[in-house]
Amino acid sequence: MPNILIKNARVIDPKNQLDKQTDLYIINKKIAGIGTEPKNFKAEQTIDADKCWIIPGIVDLSARLREPGLEQKANIETETHAAASAGITTLCIPPDTDPVIDEPAVVELILRKAKLAKKSHVYTLGALTAGLKGERLSEMAGLKEAGCVGVSNARNAISNPLILRRAFEYASTHNITVFIEAQDKYLSENGCAHEGAIASRLGLNAIPYAAETAPIAQILELIRDTDIRVHFGRLSCARSIELINDAKSNGLKVTADVSAHQLHLTDMDISSFNSQYHVLPPLRSQRDMEALRHGVAEGTINSICSDHQPHEFDAKIAPFPATEPGISSIETLLPLTLKLVENGALPLNTAIASITCSPAEILGLDVGHLAVGQVANLCIIDPEKEWTFSTNTMLSHGKNTPFSGWHFKGKVIQTLLEGRTIFTEKD
Amino acid sequence: MVNKPTRRTDDLIGKDLWNIQLDDQGQLKHFLTIEGLGTNILNQILDTAESFAGVNESVKKVPLLRGKTIVNLFFESSTRTRTTFELAAKRLSADVLNMNISLSATSKGETLLDTLRNLEAMQVDMFVVRHADSGAAHFIANHVAPHIRVLNAGDGRHAHPTQAMLDMFTIRRNKGADFGKLRVAIVGDILHSRVARSQIHALNTLNTGEVRVVGPKTLIPKDIESMGVSVFHNIEDGIKDADVVIMLRLQKERMQGALLPSEQEYYELYGLTEERFNLAKPDAIVMHPGPINRGVEIESSVADGDRSVILNQVTYGIAVRMAVMSMTLGGNIKDGNSSSQNQEKK
Repeated sequence: MPNILIKNARVIDPKNQLDKQTDLYIINKKIAGIGTEPKNFKAEQTIDADKCWIIPGIVDLSARLREPGLEQKANIETETHAAASAGITTLCIPPDTDPVIDEPAVVELILRKAKLAKKSHVYTLGALTAGLKGERLSEMAGLKEAGCVGVSNARNAISNPLILRRAFEYASTHNITVFIEAQDKYLSENGCAHEGAIASRLGLNAIPYAAETAPIAQILELIRDTDIRVHFGRLSCARSIELINDAKSNGLKVTADVSAHQLHLTDMDISSFNSQYHVLPPLRSQRDMEALRHGVAEGTINSICSDHQPHEFDAKIAPFPATEPGISSIETLLPLTLKLVENGALPLNTAIASITCSPAEILGLDVGHLAVGQVANLCIIDPEKEWTFSTNTMLSHGKNTPFSGWHFKGKVIQTLLEGRTIFTEKD
Repeated sequence: MVNKPTRRTDDLIGKDLWNIQLDDQGQLKHFLTIEGLGTNILNQILDTAESFAGVNESVKKVPLLRGKTIVNLFFESSTRTRTTFELAAKRLSADVLNMNISLSATSKGETLLDTLRNLEAMQVDMFVVRHADSGAAHFIANHVAPHIRVLNAGDGRHAHPTQAMLDMFTIRRNKGADFGKLRVAIVGDILHSRVARSQIHALNTLNTGEVRVVGPKTLIPKDIESMGVSVFHNIEDGIKDADVVIMLRLQKERMQGALLPSEQEYYELYGLTEERFNLAKPDAIVMHPGPINRGVEIESSVADGDRSVILNQVTYGIAVRMAVMSMTLGGNIKDGNSSSQNQEKK
């Protein structure tokens, strides 16, 4: 690996409270100096980053790469390439692949493929219950050993509270964080839209707030007075934020994230039955969207993730309720986050933290910041560059996005993984 | 009259939802939902239907759509609705093809598109579509070849616009064209009813004085008030002084889980009995989109009584469907109007 000098960049690192115009030095895959030239440093490669930002490589808490099992939608190679183009250097895969990540062999398969692709540090969540069926605990200790950074039952709710409680206790025994995507099986059955005026008008099966808030409240009661770590992902309701906030003030070790699209879209967007807006949890009201933005700004919601769900073309070509939910969103995570800064909804520092150090802490990984000695995962951004997102130029195999045609300001021009350039913007 | 909640339709509608129904001249191109159509279009449908009502009574057949091919594309079983569409098409001299496609064979979207492509290749001019998914008619209209017209014969819980228009036609024939002085109560399973949604849009577009919906909380969709209705959970209050009472069919096959304890209790609380119907205005009419569940939503003596216009609805259904077919398939509609009016005068 060559020694690299990145000159004249504005280095932004929320975790180390760093935000200044300076030079950054990389020796042998690692950051060797920020502002201070290491002894005997000789640059073999110089990147002029004048007027650009350097931020830590982005950490995405939830990205489905569809491999193994759903390769018609996408695969690890295509999706990590797309991730690199969007400044993401670390990402975490939920366990609902096919086969489910409930055995070390599946973890090994994914990690091997990711290593071959060389585009991203890929981590997995293991299944909380065998086959995600909610009946029998998975071999969590073994999954952790194989490399899983947490356990989750993905969108498959565990309806038996006794099994749920024991799963928490067992995970905690092995010091494993439990990741929850709260969605009650019965309250959300066949649902595809937020319960409100729009779903009523369009005659779509509705998903009430309680489908999310009731399981969150139940889980918070189950883990009361314990030191079990629980992360609530993909929140959609204002009320969920209140619940999380109360739990945090009561000392519970809970964290939360929201997907970037929930901070920009509402149920108004489904008015014309456009299946690109079909997501789970459903797009909710304007009031919820504002509350989610506020939750990120004040820190109740720790992180913003992509909730990347690439699909094949046919998955979205059907009447709205018959289409598959989800957005191919790995390439819009940073642009949508920066748009919140542009709109004045988030301070820059909070926005960057929510996609770098905060998700890294949730995953228990020492990445997402730029201290000397850290592996050089970073992302160079031209903050003034204006561009239009388009399905024509998307790298993800899934072209399912409602954001095609959106204008953004600020674009990734280079991404480095372990000091190696894995993406360069071509003009 | 109770103050109606402010209608929010304008800011709620996605442009492509309703623009797709109109051509660049503002004429009806597809008929997918009442929502987004102006009073002028609805009145045009009613006026055209009025002229065809005469055709049905005397001449039976006009050559307006000779040489056109209409496909009844039914993904959900229906005999009555399909028959009236078929009769309407035949009375306009169109060729009709009936396709009943079981849902299981088309649970995948690509198959639905494939089905469309195959039929398009047979040079058809119009699809009359019924499908179990809300939004299916819009989906099809968005994907057919530009010359093909789409008529929604019911999509999921979303819309059943021809049924709503035949109901408006029935009301206009019985109560006159001034909907502003009318109080209309729609009673029953609003949640699952595409008919109710289309009726609400149609009644409000025609400036009906007051539109009420009546039913238990489990059968009233959330925030339905935003569509311009007042909600009642008690049938006595709900139909008091109504000019028109529309009873909805209790669709047993759609009931999932604990919406109602029993048909008996439903009838006790919401069934339209003689005694209850007397709370409406003395000259009130009762309507029902059919088929009726006697003793579940309505007492036989009311359904068959002299204030019941249920069978008229069926008759008018053909005229209204003829009107929409001739308007959307365009051609010599104006000549058609005058000729049919002449025929009526004979």
